[in-house]
Amino acid sequence: MDMTVSILLTIATAATPLLIAAIGELVVERSGVLNLGVEGMMVMGAVAGFGAGFLTGSPWIGLVAAIVVGALFSLLFAVMTLSLATNQVATGLSLTLLGLGLSGMMGTGFVGLPGERLPNLYIPVLTDLPVVGKLLFGQDPIFYISIALVFGVSWFLFKTRTGLTLRSIGDSHTSAHALGIQVIKYRYLAVMFGGACAGLAGGHLSLVYTPQWVENMTAGRGWIALALVVFSSWRPLRVLAGAYIFGAVWIGQLHAQAFGIPVPSQFLSSLPYLATIVVLVIISRNKRLTMMNTPASLGQAFVPDR
Amino acid sequence: MRLELVKRPQRSMLFSALSPFIAFALTVVAGAILFALLGINPLTAFYTYFISPITEVWQLHELAIKAAPLILIAVGLSVCFRSNIWNIGAEGQFVFGAIVGSVVPVLYPEMQGPFVLPLMLLMGMVGGAVYAAIPAFLKTRFNTNEILTSLMLVYVAQLFLDWLVRGPWRDPKGFNFPQTVQFNPSAVLPELMPMSGRANLGFVFALVAAVLVWILMSRMLKGFEIRVLGSSPRAGRFAGFSFNRMVFFAFMLSGALAGLAGISEVSGAIGQLQPSISPGYGFTAIIVAFLGRLNPLGIVAAGLVLGLTYLGGEAAQSVLGISDKVARVFQGMLLFFVLGCDTLIHYRIRLVGLAPAPKLDASPKLEEAN
Amino acid sequence: MKKLLIALMTSAAAMSVAVSAEAAEKLKVCWVYVGPIGDFGYSYQHDQGRLAVEKKLGDKVETAYLENVAEGPDAERAFERLARQGCKLIFGTSFGFMDAEVKVANKFPDIKFEHATGYKTAPNLGIYNARFYEGRYILGQIAAKQSKSGVAGYIVSFPIPEVVMGINSFMLGAQSINPNFKAKIVWVNSWFDPGKEADAAKALFDQGADIIVQHTDSTAPLQVAQERGLHGFGQASDMIKFAPKSQYTAIVDDWGPYYIERVEKVLDGSWKPEDRWEGIKAGAVFMAPYTNLPDDVKAMAEATQKKIADGWNPFTGPVAKQDGSAWLKDGEVADDKTLLGMNFYVKGVDDKLPQ
Repeated sequence: MDMTVSILLTIATAATPLLIAAIGELVVERSGVLNLGVEGMMVMGAVAGFGAGFLTGSPWIGLVAAIVVGALFSLLFAVMTLSLATNQVATGLSLTLLGLGLSGMMGTGFVGLPGERLPNLYIPVLTDLPVVGKLLFGQDPIFYISIALVFGVSWFLFKTRTGLTLRSIGDSHTSAHALGIQVIKYRYLAVMFGGACAGLAGGHLSLVYTPQWVENMTAGRGWIALALVVFSSWRPLRVLAGAYIFGAVWIGQLHAQAFGIPVPSQFLSSLPYLATIVVLVIISRNKRLTMMNTPASLGQAFVPDR
Repeated sequence: MRLELVKRPQRSMLFSALSPFIAFALTVVAGAILFALLGINPLTAFYTYFISPITEVWQLHELAIKAAPLILIAVGLSVCFRSNIWNIGAEGQFVFGAIVGSVVPVLYPEMQGPFVLPLMLLMGMVGGAVYAAIPAFLKTRFNTNEILTSLMLVYVAQLFLDWLVRGPWRDPKGFNFPQTVQFNPSAVLPELMPMSGRANLGFVFALVAAVLVWILMSRMLKGFEIRVLGSSPRAGRFAGFSFNRMVFFAFMLSGALAGLAGISEVSGAIGQLQPSISPGYGFTAIIVAFLGRLNPLGIVAAGLVLGLTYLGGEAAQSVLGISDKVARVFQGMLLFFVLGCDTLIHYRIRLVGLAPAPKLDASPKLEEAN
Repeated sequence: MKKLLIALMTSAAAMSVAVSAEAAEKLKVCWVYVGPIGDFGYSYQHDQGRLAVEKKLGDKVETAYLENVAEGPDAERAFERLARQGCKLIFGTSFGFMDAEVKVANKFPDIKFEHATGYKTAPNLGIYNARFYEGRYILGQIAAKQSKSGVAGYIVSFPIPEVVMGINSFMLGAQSINPNFKAKIVWVNSWFDPGKEADAAKALFDQGADIIVQHTDSTAPLQVAQERGLHGFGQASDMIKFAPKSQYTAIVDDWGPYYIERVEKVLDGSWKPEDRWEGIKAGAVFMAPYTNLPDDVKAMAEATQKKIADGWNPFTGPVAKQDGSAWLKDGEVADDKTLLGMNFYVKGVDDKLPQ
C-alpha cells in the first residue's frame, strides 16, 4: 500500500509541470494563438524561480518570480505576433531559442548551488491519515495550484461570459471583431496567462521537482506540454488525464526496468510517446467532436481592418 | 500609445528587399548594447560574428555543410506549411532516413561500387517519406492531429537509432562503443572541392531541391493546388482537389527531403551512424522555412544566414570567450528582428496616441499622406 | 552608412589581429566540451580542470573552449577552428569526438591533441581517461555494509563499456561484503536530465532499494535520497552541499592535476602522445570525504582505498560472468583491453545488456 501511494506521488510530481504548462497553452490556443515557445518560457521560469528563491532564501518569492518572469517573457511573443502580426510558429520557436540562451546566461552563477525547496503541505491529523492523507493533504503547493488551474480554466472557458468570448475569438477572430470584441486585447491576456503558467511549471522544476538550477533543465518538457494540448482536443479535463497518463507510463517504465523486465530500455523509454499517439488516435476518431473543439483560427495572424 | 497595423493594398516590393537590412541594422544596435553590457568591444564582436566566418575558405565549406541539411529540410517543410499541414517531426524523418539509408553500408559493407551511393540516397529518401507517411495516414484515416503525432515520432526515431547503434548495428571491432562501422569509401558522399575544405554534395542537393520545389510551387499545377488548398480548403475541394491526397503528398515530399538530408549528413559529414546525428536540424529548419518566407529560394538565403550565426557564435566563443549562451541570445534577437521587420512588407505601422483621433475622418487622410 | 560600417569592421579586424599578436607569446590551450559547462557534471568538471590550469600557469598560457559541441560534423569544425586559431594543445573531452579529432589531428601535425575516453591515437594525439571503476568498488563495499534491505538502486545513462565496468566493479565490491547483495538497474537514456533522474531514484526506492548509486550527472537522485532519509553517492563532483545528511562519499572527476601536468610538458617540450589511464594511485580518481558513516565502515573504505592505491585491481579473480561461466581465474587480473570494451556483466547483476 505504501508503495502504491509513493508511486502515485511520484507520478503526480512528474505530471504537474506538464499539466500546468499545458493548461496555460490551452487557454492561449483557445484564443486562436499558437505559441510554440513553451519550452523557452518554462526554462525562464525555472531560472527565475531558482534565482529569486536562492537570493532571498524564500522559495515562495521564487514561485512568484517564476510566474512573473514567465508572463513577461511571453509578452515579447505577444508584441511580435499580435501587434506586429509575425508568423506565430517561427516566433514561438525563436522564443524557445532565446529563452534557452538567456536562462543559461542568467543562471551562470547559480550552477552547483543547492536551492530552496517549497515545503509540502502539512495539516495535522488530515495529512497523517493512512493512504489518502499524503495523496490529498501532503503534496507540494504547486500540485494543488495545478488542480485548481484545471478546474478554474474549465469553469472559465465554459461557464463564464469572458470564457465564451475568448473561445469565440479563437473560432473566428473576424466575426468576433465584427461584434466589437477587442480581439488583440483578449489575446494579449491569454498569451500572458500562458506565459505565467509556463513560468510556474518551470518554477515547479527548480523549486520542487529538483531544487537546483542547471542549463536546459526543462529537457523537452515544454514540447510534451504542447503535445498534451493537442492530445486533449483543447479540453482542460483531458489535459489533466493526458498529463497523468503520460506521467504514469513514464514512471511505469522505470518501475518495469527496476523490476528487471528484459526489454531494451530504449523501447520502454519510447512507450510514453507511443501511448500518447495511440490514445489520441482512439479519441480523435470522432471527427465531429474534434472539429467542434479545435479553435478554427488557431495560428492565424489577425489584424483588425477598422 | 499603441501600435496599429494598416494593411497595404499589395505587398511592398521596397520593404520586401529592405526589411532584411533594417533587421540587420537593428540587430547590430541591440547587439552592440548587449556586448557593451558584457564588457566586450562590439566592433570586435561583430567582426568575429558576421565577417570572420566568411573570410576564410575552409569556413565557407563549413557554412555549406551546416546550411545544407537546414535548407533541404526547410524546403520540404515549406510545401507542408504552404498547404497548412503542420509537420513538426522533420527531425524524426531525418533520423529515420539516415537509418534506412545506412542499411547497405552497415549490414552489407562488402557491397561496393558506383551504385551503392545512389541506392543509399534513394533508400534514405524512401525511409524519410515512409516515416512521414505515418502521421499523414493517421491524419487522413483517423483524423489525428499531425502536430502531435509527428512530434512524438521524433522521440521514437531517436530511441530506435540509439538502440540500433548500441545493439544490433554496433561495430564489432569498436570496443563496444555505440557506433556502427565506418562507411567504406564508395558509401561516402564525395566532397566538392577536397583541396580547400570538406563541403560535400549535400549542399548541391539542397540547391537542386530548392530550385525544383520553386518550379513546382510557382510554375506547375500541383503548386497551384497546394496554394489553393492551403489558403482555403473549401475552395480547393470545389476545384476538385483532394485534401487527403495533399496531406500524403506534402508529408511524403518533406519526409523524403528530410530523409535525404539525414543520409547525406551521415554519409557525407559523419561517415557512420552514432547515437546522435543531428543537433536539432529538423526543428531549426522550421525557423529557416519561415525566415525564408516559405519561398524555396528565400530559404536558401535564410539557411545560409542561420548557418552563419552558428559559425559566428563558435568563433565568438573561441576567440573572444563569449559564452555560447550569449551567441544563442544574439541569434534569438536576430530572428525576432527579421520576423518583425517582415511585417513591413504587408503592413504599414502607425503609432496611435493615447487620445485616439476621431475615427471617422482620420484614416482616409493618413492613407493619402502615406 | 555602408562605407562607415566597412571602415568600422576593418578597424575591428585590425584590433582583433593586434590582440592575437600580443597574445602570441603565451601557449594557447583549448578544450572542446560535449555539454554546457553549467551542467554541474561531466563538462563542468573538465572546465574546472581548465580553470585549474589557468590558475596555476596563467602567466604562461591562455585558454579557450567550445561548449555544447554536438558529436558529429560540428565536432570536426570545432577542432579545426581551434587548430586554426593558434591553439597548440587541444583536449577533446567526449568519446564521440574521437573520429573528428583524429581527422583534424592528421591535418595539423604540428598541433598536439589529447582525447578523453577513446582508443584511437596518432603521432600527435594522445588519449587519457581515469579508472573511475576503482572508486565504484569502494562504493559497492559501503553499500553492502550500510544497506538494510540488501538492495541498491543503480541509475545509469547509456550502456557503454565505461558504465558497464562501473556496474561490475560496484557489484564485486558489494559481493565481497555480502554475497547475496542485489542491485536494481534503471537506464534513463540520458546523461543529464534532473527530472528523469529524480523519478528513477524514487522508483528504485519504492521497489525496496535503500541506497542509490548513479552514473548520470545531476544531483537530483541524492536530493531524493535526502528527502526520504536514505543515502547515496555523489557523481563527478562532491555533492555534499545538496545532501549533507545523505551522501556517503562521491567519486570526484579531478582533471586539474592531469591537465596541468600535460600543459607543463608542452611548455618544457617533453610532451609525447601517451595512453594514460590512471586511478586513485595517481590522484586522477579522488574520493570525497567519507561522511554519514559509522567508524568501522569508514575504516574499511579507507583501507580498501589504500589497497587500491597500492596497486590492487578490483577486477582480480576469481570472477564469474553473469551466466556463471568463469571469466577470471583465481588471482588473475583483467587486462585493460577487456575492461575498455566491457559488454558483459559479472555474476549477480540483474539486468540484460543490448547485444
